[in-house]
Amino acid sequence: MIQVEHLSFAYADHSVLEDITFSVPPGGSLAVIGPSGCGKTTLLYNLAGLRTPVAGRVRIGGALIRGPRDKTAVILQHYGLFPWKTVFENATLGLRIRGAPAVGRMQRVTAILEELGIAALRDRYPSQISGGQRQRVAIARALAMDPDLLIMDEPLSSLDALTREAHQNLLLSLWREKGMTLVLVSHSITEAAYLGQQVAILSDGPARIKEILDNFRVGEEDYRSHPDYHDICTRLRGLLRGAMDESVG
Amino acid sequence: MSRWVRYLLTAAVLILLWELVALVLQNEALPEPWRVVIQFFALLAADLPMHFGVSVYRVAAAVVLAVAAGLPLGLLMGRLPKADAYMAPAVYLTYPIPKIVLLPIILLFLGLGDASKIAVIALILFFQILVTVRDAVRGIDEEYFLSVRSLNAGGWDVLRHVVLPATLAELLTALRISVGTSVAVLFFVETIGARRGLGYFIQDAWARVNYQEMYAGILAMSLLGVVLYEVLEQAEKRACRWKRV
Repeated sequence: MIQVEHLSFAYADHSVLEDITFSVPPGGSLAVIGPSGCGKTTLLYNLAGLRTPVAGRVRIGGALIRGPRDKTAVILQHYGLFPWKTVFENATLGLRIRGAPAVGRMQRVTAILEELGIAALRDRYPSQISGGQRQRVAIARALAMDPDLLIMDEPLSSLDALTREAHQNLLLSLWREKGMTLVLVSHSITEAAYLGQQVAILSDGPARIKEILDNFRVGEEDYRSHPDYHDICTRLRGLLRGAMDESVG
Repeated sequence: MSRWVRYLLTAAVLILLWELVALVLQNEALPEPWRVVIQFFALLAADLPMHFGVSVYRVAAAVVLAVAAGLPLGLLMGRLPKADAYMAPAVYLTYPIPKIVLLPIILLFLGLGDASKIAVIALILFFQILVTVRDAVRGIDEEYFLSVRSLNAGGWDVLRHVVLPATLAELLTALRISVGTSVAVLFFVETIGARRGLGYFIQDAWARVNYQEMYAGILAMSLLGVVLYEVLEQAEKRACRWKRV
């Protein structure tokens, strides 16, 4: 689904990503983890077509990425909802920009809002709902586009612990149900271990791939209590500490 | 208490003060308010509504012109650093010049009719709008642009779904704040070579030493200010419901 080959990116003369190579199969999931400020978000922007690599390339579904792609949905760190639009208007915006007919938009988005349990909030503004609800709106907006790839930046970072676990399970079930490919950036070890079939660890400044761990049990029932999950968490902790030490040293 | 009740109460207090001063002064240059109010209603049946209408038209036309010029230029300066680099110095050099001093040259080009009056007011509003819109656009969080672009938005979508809604509130606030200046300048330009408008009406009554009519005209002018202010406030409320929740 995703092939990233020797991707490098720089802002002006400041190199952010160097020689990044990985691939994600269709329907797979990848979690990217690394020290904060290491360039995780920039990597995500490159996948989303919001930034253009200075070297190397990103292919999605075989096609070279030169800009935003119709079947890629992106959920930004602060969800990217517009405060001047209601929940419904936010959720429907992608379809509207794409020129989908109003009646079809209405039906589709209403169904998705219901599926996510936020139909009652349709006329509220983002400032009137909780962080967890906002995230559901962002997910609704993404799902409305019927994506085959969902990219998320620190999707659960601002949620409290319980909402967070509930949302991780929600993401997993949506991922399995819709057969989407999932890429998420996280600074949380447990989140990366719970959601990423592959977990890529980035080293700091400029970011390179330090290691990619296989985590094939992701999505299995009750994975949080499986020994493999704890094993992965421990290994990630060690690798991440190494990545931080390198950046300091 | 509804805003209309508050308006009436405030007006009552002002009129009472006026009555007191008029009683103390006992001078025909300050007639008692009840005489002026009677005169005002008498004039409503005469030509005062026409003068009021002409003044409303001039201010409204100036607002439309100023927005039509100031909004796109402000958006341009706010979004394109290169455009801003060239235009900002010109704006800062000309912004502090009191636009009213350009009146002779405006009169020269546009004549004594409506065009020159509208142009002077529009010019004053234009700068307020330009600078406000530019700053408002610059203040828009980058995440909103990324968010809308990730939905595969083109330039028009970005404008319509992000830039305009994000700046509309500030634009309307700038206009509302400028209402006072607009009406003051309106009065001034309507005293020059005009035959219609509230400014002319007041000036003419003054020249005829008809103080009751003059104050009736002043009353109409303050009503004009209230009407403009309220229209803009309501527009702001409607456009910015999301800010008030």
